[in-house]
Order: sequence, then structure tokens, then C-alpha cells
Amino acid sequence: MIRFSANPTVDTVTKLVAVAVAMFAFVFVVMVPLYNVLCDALGINGKTSGEAYTAVPAAIDESRLVTVQFVATNNEGMPWDFGPSTTSMKVHPGAVNDTVFHARNPLPRAMVAQAIPSISPARAAEYFHKTECFCFNQQPLDGESSAEMPLQFIVDQELPRDIRTITLSYTIFDVTDMAGGPLAAR
Amino acid sequence: MAEHHHGPAKGLSRWLFTTNHKDIGTMYLWFSFAMFILGGFFAMVVRAELFQPGMQLVEPAFFNQMTTLHGLIMVFGAIMPSFVGLANWLIPMMIGAPDMALPRMNNWSFWILPPTFLLLASTLFMEGGAPNFGWTFYAPLSTTYAPPSVTFFIFSVHVLGLSSIMGSINIIATVMNMRAPGMTYMKMPLFVWTWLITAFLLVAVMPVLAGAVTMMLMDIHFGTSFFSAAGGGDPVLFQHVFWFFGHPEVYIIILPAFGVVSQIIPAFSRKPLFGYDSMVYATASIAFLSFIVWAHHMYTVGMPVAGELFFMYATMLIAVPTGVKVFNWVTTMWRGALSFETPMLFCIGFLVLFTIGGFTGLMLSIAPADFQYHDSYFVVAHFHYVMVAGAVFSMTAAVYFWLPKWCGRMYNEAMGKTHFWISFIGFNLTFFPQHFVGLAGMPRRIPDYALQFADFNMMSSIGAFIYGASQILFLYNVIATIVSGKPVSDPKVWEGAEGLEWTVPTPAPYHTFETPPKIDPEHVHS
Repeated sequence: MIRFSANPTVDTVTKLVAVAVAMFAFVFVVMVPLYNVLCDALGINGKTSGEAYTAVPAAIDESRLVTVQFVATNNEGMPWDFGPSTTSMKVHPGAVNDTVFHARNPLPRAMVAQAIPSISPARAAEYFHKTECFCFNQQPLDGESSAEMPLQFIVDQELPRDIRTITLSYTIFDVTDMAGGPLAAR
Repeated sequence: MAEHHHGPAKGLSRWLFTTNHKDIGTMYLWFSFAMFILGGFFAMVVRAELFQPGMQLVEPAFFNQMTTLHGLIMVFGAIMPSFVGLANWLIPMMIGAPDMALPRMNNWSFWILPPTFLLLASTLFMEGGAPNFGWTFYAPLSTTYAPPSVTFFIFSVHVLGLSSIMGSINIIATVMNMRAPGMTYMKMPLFVWTWLITAFLLVAVMPVLAGAVTMMLMDIHFGTSFFSAAGGGDPVLFQHVFWFFGHPEVYIIILPAFGVVSQIIPAFSRKPLFGYDSMVYATASIAFLSFIVWAHHMYTVGMPVAGELFFMYATMLIAVPTGVKVFNWVTTMWRGALSFETPMLFCIGFLVLFTIGGFTGLMLSIAPADFQYHDSYFVVAHFHYVMVAGAVFSMTAAVYFWLPKWCGRMYNEAMGKTHFWISFIGFNLTFFPQHFVGLAGMPRRIPDYALQFADFNMMSSIGAFIYGASQILFLYNVIATIVSGKPVSDPKVWEGAEGLEWTVPTPAPYHTFETPPKIDPEHVHS
């Protein structure tokens, strides 16, 4: 046992203070990153990967069709019109699919938005790959203008067969105040 | 020699600058009682509003502030400091030490508490009101939607956490380094053991709480997004961090109570504690398990099934060491020469009601069933059975048991027993019906409720007023004892009391064990 002082009380106190400091640090350097890693790896809370998926060549599973539903929600106080162009698609696992979401900023000023995805059932999250998504970046939009925001995805061939419907939900947040760069300065 | 045996200083400076463990213990006890009254007053506001369905007395926003402050003040202001006060008074006397290992830090860890709770209570008068997000302060309720006073709340949590950590370091340093020669670990009274383990829990998890509120502070003021989904954070992370602190916190509250009961039941059974070793190991097991069960508070957030199962089985496992303890207390009483003075009555009340609270806890631990119980009054009933009938009853028993030792005067036994029976009836009338309304679907933290819950809520409110009023009797009895109680001079006070604290004169002198006592090597433990 390491001793920090010849005085046993000083030694005990030094060790205990070290434990307390280490536990405070533990929250930031272990718990938070570990939580994010676990959520990414296991798809906990229906979180999908925040990075673009690089498609691997694989056979398209034509034996089954999976229904993918799109849901869009505005976070509190977000004035944009935001929604999917099609609310539901039937896709083959392994196939590359494209769809678009539309967004319109009705206010006279420029804004920045961030869409946060979530998959239900959460178990399907790790089988839902996005090769291109507007949710990977913050989306600026000038006042009173609209945009089409593309989404390209692949449902993995390994998707468990009992999952026949996947719901992809986007919540759009107003991050104008948080966004760095020239927009925030305006 | 004369100046070594000086008594306490005179006047206010005695209390401000004292480094005496008995003075500091007394201040902790009085402070926690004041907080108990304040938190109890907030509970009375809550129960008065819930007396009838519909909105009668307070605005919903104020109701939320009352439930929040009630929880925060009871947990951090009443229960925790009361046990720290008891530890200050008793641990040095129980292990044959002259004082705590770090007397000046002891003074500081007490004196930062009153300003902290003054700050917390002052948020009631701030613009936007006091914290209103429940004592568990889930983000984003406590970040995005919080009143401006949340910053004061965060600061007070930081300071009270600091106080707890200092207090626990002091206790560990005292127990590890200041035991009288011959007082080995397995001879320590169980109250010392449970506090030693509690202190380790505190050192491990109070910094986690500090981390949680620091992340809130950064989200609110410094633009980070730990708990904000818009910036890539996750509100569920808050619940994990909070309950990683919160579950060990539950045992921080109850383990010293276990220690108290393990001292008092043998005294009035006139038998040594049954299964001392198993008590120590059970306490340590509970402390260890408390770190791996936190997510049973959040079954409904959408965890993978494997996670739900792990936390369910780990939680159920805690029933084993807890069952060992209950078994040992009952077996200690078995064929004992029992007598039923007030401390013993409160301990038996503890034993019965805590076991009921333990059973409802077992019900709540069942993940699939919890989806019905979650955030209902059933949960409120459960944790009040373990917090009030567990921690507060044992604390009350402790005051009655050791008060004659502290002040050299006997409390009024008839008044004490009356206090017990009124508390017991009032407590059960308050919380037993809450099981029923909870199972029937009444959610917690609401100022109004559906008509079918009206009768049980009225019973609850009446019970709460009775329980609240019984504390005035307690306060009167304690003051009357200190001022004019019947003098006691027998060092043992109680016929069956065992332990070093009963070998010093009654009332306990200002300085005890300036030379370490001799520990009988044959004596197993007290």
C-alpha cells in the first residue's frame, strides 16, 4: 500500500481526496463518453450513427419488403414547416433508397436548424444505415425560403426477420443561437 | 494540566469556533431538526392542497416548488445531516477516541450548511420562483425549462456536496486511525461499521452528483449540450448520471439507520446482537450492490431487454443481505428479556414498516410490473416507508436512546410513548392509502387529481397533519428534558446498554477518552 505521509491521518485524507477528485473526473471522462459509445454501438434510445455509412457491395434481399415510415416533429418554438415528401416506403433490405424532406422557413430572418433522428423499434437502429442525410449537418435557411433536404439510406440485409416496419423520426431544433459562424453574428 | 481540561467557551463563539465533536454533533442535530420542520411544513402545504380534488390553496407552479423543496430539504438538509450529527457525537465515544480526526474541518463542514440551505430556501422569493422540477431535477426540465433560480440551486448542491464529502473523509479518517488500542475492526459497534461504509459511499458518489449539476450549469450558461438533443447530447444521460449517484444515496440514508437499530434492539432485548459478522458483511454487500442497480429507477426510458433484466436481477439480489439484517434483528429479539421503552418502540416500528417498504421495493424492482407503478403514488408510498419509517424513525429512536447520555436528564417516557403511537398511526394513515391510489393510477407530483382518489387522499392528508403535529410533541419533550428532565447519573442509563459510550460519566463530559480506554480482549463486540 502506497503511503503519502508518515502521519496516518494525512495519508488517509490524501487518498480519500484523490478518490473524490477521481470520481468527479469519472463523470466527465468516463461516464459521458462511455454512454455515447454504448448508445452508438447498441442503438440504445433508437440513436443512429451520426456519420455517413459507406455502402458495402452486397446482394439485395428481394425475398422481403420492409416498410420504412417517416415522421417529422418540430421541437418547441421551432416555426419551420418540416416534413417528409413521402410518409412511407416499402424497400428491399440491401437496396439504396432515396427520399427527400422539405423544409420552409416562414420567418423573415435566416435560421439554422438541426434535425435529430431516432429509430423505432430501437433494435432496428443498428441495421438502418444512412449514406447521406441532412441530419449530419446543421441546415441554414434564409428567411421565407424553402429547401429540399435529401436522405439516402440502406436497410441492412441482416435486419431480424420479425421487424417488418421501421419508423424513422426526425425532430427539428432551432439552433440559430448555438450555431457558430456568420449566421450567429447576424 | 488545568488548561487541558477546560470546558466550552462562553457565548456564541463557543458554537462558531468549536472544534469539539460533541458541540458539532449537537449543532448538526439541531440544524437537521430545523430543516425537518421546514421540509415538513412544505409537505403540509402539499397535503393541504391534496386534501380535496380541484385547486384550493396554491397555484400549480407553487405546488411544484413545494414538492421539490420538500424532497431536497428532507434528503440533504434533514436526514443526512442528522446522521452526520449522530456520527459526530457517537463515533469518537464508541471507538474510544478523544475527538474526530480533523476537528477544524469538522467545524467547517457544519458551518457551510446553514448558509447553503438559506440560499436554497431564498429561491422561493426569487423571480420565477424556486426550483420546481422535482428533487430528481431531470434535464431538460431543470435546464431548458428551469426557473432562473436553478443556478442558486446548483451552487447549493455543490456546497452541500462539499460538506458531505468533508464530513465523510473525517469519519473515515477517525475510524481508521483513532480507534483505541484493542478496538479491532470486528469489535467496532455496528453503528460505526455502517457509518464507515456509508462514508465510503459518500466519497464515491457525492462527486458524481457534483458532476451532474456541473453539467447542468454548463448547459445552461456555457453553451454545452450534455443533455440537449439539439447539440448532440441526450436527456437520458442525465438520468443515468443522476441515479448512479441516486441509488447509493438511498443506502447512504438507510445504512446509518441500520446501525442505530443494531445498537438499540440488543439493548432492550438484553442480548448481544445476533449475527454481528453477517451484519457487517451484509452492509458491505448492500453498499457494493448499490453501484450496479441504478437503472431500476428508469425502466421506462427504453432500455434494451438485456439491460432491464440485468438491473432487475441485481436489484432483487439486494433483498438477500437486507433480509439477513431483518432476520438478525428479529432473532436478536427472539427469547430476549424485552422491554418497550420509547427507543425500542421506534425500532420495532422501524422493523415492521421498513420491511413493508422493502417488499414494495421488491415489487418495484420487477421491470415489467414497474411500467404500471412508475411515477405513481405507489412509488411515493414505497420511498416514504423506507425514508420516514426507516431513516426518520431510527433517528428518533436514537435521540431518545442517547439523549439521557448527552444531557444527563431523562426524557418523559409517557410523552415519548405517546409520540411513538401518534407518529405510527399518523405515518401509516398518510402513506398506506397511497399504495392504493398509486396502483389505481394516481400520478405523483400533481396538484389536482381525479375524483375517485378523493377519499384516500383525504385520509392521507389527515394522517400527514397528525404525523406533523406529533413532531411538536417530540420537540417539546426534547427541550423539556434538556431544561428540566429528571437527572440521571448512572453511566449506563439503560440496563442493557453495551459499549464504550456507556462507560463515561453521565452526562458525557465535554472531553472524553483523552487517554484511550482499555478494551477487554475477551469482549467480542458491543
